Amino acid sequence: MPDPVHISGTQEVGWFRRAADYLATGFVALAAVLVIVPLLAIFAYLVLKGVGSINISFLTQTPKPPGEAGGGMANAIVGTGLILAVSSLIGVPLGIGSGIYLAEYGRNRFGDLVRFTADVLNGVPSIVIGIAVYSLVVIPQKHFSAFSGGVALGIMMIPTVARATEEMLLMVPNVVREAAYGLGIPKWRTTLSISLRTASAGVITGCMLAFARVAGETAPLLFTAFGNQFWNLKLNQPTAALSLQVFTYAISPYDDWHKQAWAGALILIVLIVGAVAAVRITTSRGMMKGA
Amino acid sequence: MSDSVDPMNPTEPLGQLQKPATAIPSMAQVSRERKPAASTVLQKIRASHPRASRIPDAVFAVIILLSAISVFAIVVLVAWELIDKSRMSLHQFGISFFYGHDWDPVAGSFGAMPFIYGTLVSSFLALLLAVPASVGVAVYITEMCPQRLRAIISFLVELLAAIPSVIYGLWGIFVLAPLLREYVEPFLARTLGWTGFFSGPMYGLGMLAAGIIMAIMVVPIIASITREVLTAVPQNQREAVLALGATRWEMIRMGVLRNARIGIVGGIILGLGRALGETMAVTMVIGNRPEVAKSLFAPGYTMASVIANEFTEATGDLYLSALVEIGLALFLVTLIVNALARLLVWSITRGSPGRSHA
Repeated sequence: MPDPVHISGTQEVGWFRRAADYLATGFVALAAVLVIVPLLAIFAYLVLKGVGSINISFLTQTPKPPGEAGGGMANAIVGTGLILAVSSLIGVPLGIGSGIYLAEYGRNRFGDLVRFTADVLNGVPSIVIGIAVYSLVVIPQKHFSAFSGGVALGIMMIPTVARATEEMLLMVPNVVREAAYGLGIPKWRTTLSISLRTASAGVITGCMLAFARVAGETAPLLFTAFGNQFWNLKLNQPTAALSLQVFTYAISPYDDWHKQAWAGALILIVLIVGAVAAVRITTSRGMMKGA
Repeated sequence: MSDSVDPMNPTEPLGQLQKPATAIPSMAQVSRERKPAASTVLQKIRASHPRASRIPDAVFAVIILLSAISVFAIVVLVAWELIDKSRMSLHQFGISFFYGHDWDPVAGSFGAMPFIYGTLVSSFLALLLAVPASVGVAVYITEMCPQRLRAIISFLVELLAAIPSVIYGLWGIFVLAPLLREYVEPFLARTLGWTGFFSGPMYGLGMLAAGIIMAIMVVPIIASITREVLTAVPQNQREAVLALGATRWEMIRMGVLRNARIGIVGGIILGLGRALGETMAVTMVIGNRPEVAKSLFAPGYTMASVIANEFTEATGDLYLSALVEIGLALFLVTLIVNALARLLVWSITRGSPGRSHA
């Protein structure tokens, strides 16, 4: 019979197992560092190269012809705003609506089907959405347009918003709904004014994340919004967008355009990180309890 | 339930015999029936209301149903448009479209092999680099990290997912590619050149750059899924392994990773789905030359980037149709890959109480 002291946990761990433990710990920590480094490098370069090129003319002027110095991305900044407004008008109501369906009505076969298609839609490459919107909207309209760009991005927002809405509504306790029904409040009113209201912080978070996700999208805009070197505020005309402009400038051979690409990218990332950080701050302050 | 005949299975005498005379429902039955019972009460309450208040309810239900149908309809419409617009190319080339090497718009012959090859190789390369790093960072966050650092690191990883693809591309062109050209590729050619994967002229831009950029982009996806799955592993699994005298690494290996492996595979497949469809960053750094080369230094072309580059310039219906067919193939592949991944992730995290979000 073995000595009880030797089978208890106080026994020394062999050198091989200890080495393996150290090695694994080192590898895992190294992985964390390796993941963080590119992020810091990207931000550092964006700030270093971008800040110098942001000035008044960059923010107020339209692009100059190639080779000419100066000019800016004002039209692209406004164009991005225009496209994102259209996409939010499409993506947010449809997303919240289908989220409500999934949470309040969708505990059935069709609900599962919608849940699955939302996941599928989430995984469809953005360029494929671009092709579909091109043939659904651009061809009948006979124009590249801000509207079609908004449709493409709006479609991409729907699954994120829908799943966020569903998850948040499911967190609202059933007792709250029953109390509302008990007071004689009809279902539609209960859903909108009580369940959705209770879940609103989480739903807004979902909308902001969806917004941040599509704000930098470029691929679907290539053949929907198309880009424009001039001012355009009409929904049915080709429109510039920041992401498109960054792409065009980055692959161009002109140094001045490269600088502007960095500046445009910096503005884009500030927009997106601002949205994500706003979400983080509101959620960490406990506005979204239990999420 | 007080009826003498069980409504669930009326023709089961054995069940009848086992029940007490008053047929007190078992606990399982109570919990199963509580919800329907509550809703029938609600239905009665609602039914007792005047008709007028039920019309808005019906209208609301229809509006909500329509928006749910729209999600389904959009996916069907996308699929239909892709099939419809690629019909010409499907008829013209058939299956040979996918193994033809020749992409010559002028001659009107289209084979997608170079693009499929480029997509597969760059995605595979990306996963090769991203999987160890992202599983590592997920393990670090869930198992090793000091509490204070945990929130910061997971926020940073999340931020990596928020950076738009075009900015990765910009960074790839002006920072990563020169770095590869000046330092990394010469080193690889010296040490591993004999394998044939690292030889030939070094442009910086090429398959290797695309793989690295894409690896950085899929890390947050795989890492966040892995983290979710690791969090779903019950705490007592860890405690049990530790109690047997395991070191921390042995605990992670046997108690955590082994339990979570299906979910991790799901996360990897989800990352693959993202990598296959990734467009802008890859288009900007892969070099865009439709050829099949063994060396990773050589420029390549992917399915998504050929669409991005040539779609607006495609002259002629057949050319356009061939590009849409590539899009259709991409759609189908990502659909299958995503469905598979969801299935695997669901099978692990379903029913776990402590699901974490991003």
